[in-house]
Amino acid sequence: MLIDAFSEAVILIGSADPDLFEIMLLSIEVSLTALLISVLLALPLGTLLAISQFPGKRIVITCLNSLMAMPPVVIGLLVYLMLSRSGPLGVLGLLYTPTAMVIAQVLLITPIIASLAHQTMEDLHLEYSELFQSLRVAKMRAIPVYLWDARYSLVTAVLAGFGRAVSEVGAVIIVGGNIDHLTRVMTTAIALETAKGELALALALGIILVTMALIVNAAVMLVRTFAQRNAYV
Amino acid sequence: MFNPQPLASNLNEPVLAVRSLRLTLSGQELLRGLDLNCYEPGVTLMMGANGAGKSLFLRSLHGLLPAEGVIEFAGRSLREAQGEQAMVFQKPTLLRRTVEQNMQFAAPEGTSTAQINALLREVHLSEKAKQPARRLSGGEQQRLALARALLTQPRILLLDEPTASLDPGSVLIIERLIQQASAAGVKVIFVSHDIGQAKRLASDVVFLHQGKITEHSPAENFFKQPASVEAQAYLAGELLV
Repeated sequence: MLIDAFSEAVILIGSADPDLFEIMLLSIEVSLTALLISVLLALPLGTLLAISQFPGKRIVITCLNSLMAMPPVVIGLLVYLMLSRSGPLGVLGLLYTPTAMVIAQVLLITPIIASLAHQTMEDLHLEYSELFQSLRVAKMRAIPVYLWDARYSLVTAVLAGFGRAVSEVGAVIIVGGNIDHLTRVMTTAIALETAKGELALALALGIILVTMALIVNAAVMLVRTFAQRNAYV
Repeated sequence: MFNPQPLASNLNEPVLAVRSLRLTLSGQELLRGLDLNCYEPGVTLMMGANGAGKSLFLRSLHGLLPAEGVIEFAGRSLREAQGEQAMVFQKPTLLRRTVEQNMQFAAPEGTSTAQINALLREVHLSEKAKQPARRLSGGEQQRLALARALLTQPRILLLDEPTASLDPGSVLIIERLIQQASAAGVKVIFVSHDIGQAKRLASDVVFLHQGKITEHSPAENFFKQPASVEAQAYLAGELLV
């Protein structure tokens, strides 16, 4: 049975099955959108936390690190409560749309990227702070320098965020509803098809997910190798 | 290449004046009421055993440490003179960029590419301009750090053991640049352990021991006839504790 399912999965991928590719493209679209928004929020946040001193900084960092471990279903539930008809943002009518899934993924991966960026930036700040003081580099000018000089380490953080977003199931199934041709993404489709016993589609999606994970990891490795060779990390 | 304005217009005014300088970190008094007047524009060398407080003193002069007391450069406060200072650290901090980009980062507005190239030539790094700066050897990195500091056209150059553990070729290039800068009117304050180097470069020597200045005299006098017991012991090669 497994071999048959696997053969069918390969055929589905090889024949560019429209349903399969629709699900795959929606997954990538949702996760990339969430990633873009998260990067814009998380990188400046992580940098500011690393180079600024303010009362309660340790508490903010602890909260950020704790949010990394927040269960996705809890994030899904919170977004659901916000977007449901009786919730504060219910009037927007976003529940069970790809936008709701993007919001859930942003909440899920922003703390991860921000926390990893913060650790990278803190190390860099330790190294650069005296030089910047000596050259009288203002904080606002320092931030883009930190972001640029840490670019290779940050790529790793960003790709980790993408990997987390694209493989997420708990939150997106709550706020997206796994609606065919609307909010069905790879992970939710795998869960549904497995429950239905339709292993071929589930396996095909699983193969694509694993392939994507391999590509992401290979990209991280290539970036790190290049950066190490040039002493950019 | 160097064209700084003279630091002091009045010869009776010290180029560097320090009064009652104290530095306490983590409850420990590390600089204990330093007083110093430097009238000579040349190279002031700070000497002393490890832990004497030389680097802390230098960092305080650059405003990197919260020292108490008065620091004046040609009658102006440290805050006023900070923009005219440049410092080279013992371990050079280079950006994760190319040699050329490291120079461009420190370049004041209006600096031309020709000025950057001229300084890179001076430190024998022209051919490595496009290379990642952190791939350079230790000596090359320190030469780049010095070139970057000089690019800011400082009137006061603070150097914290910039030639420690470097190859003789790099030491020669760095010493030549320091002499050129000094001859052009830049006030150089230099921390070094190297007695030979001190003899080659110093116009006056400040000797520190356990967070205090025990002697400040012209270099010639210092090496011929050191006045303090600590300096005599140091020059004799004895261990100072």
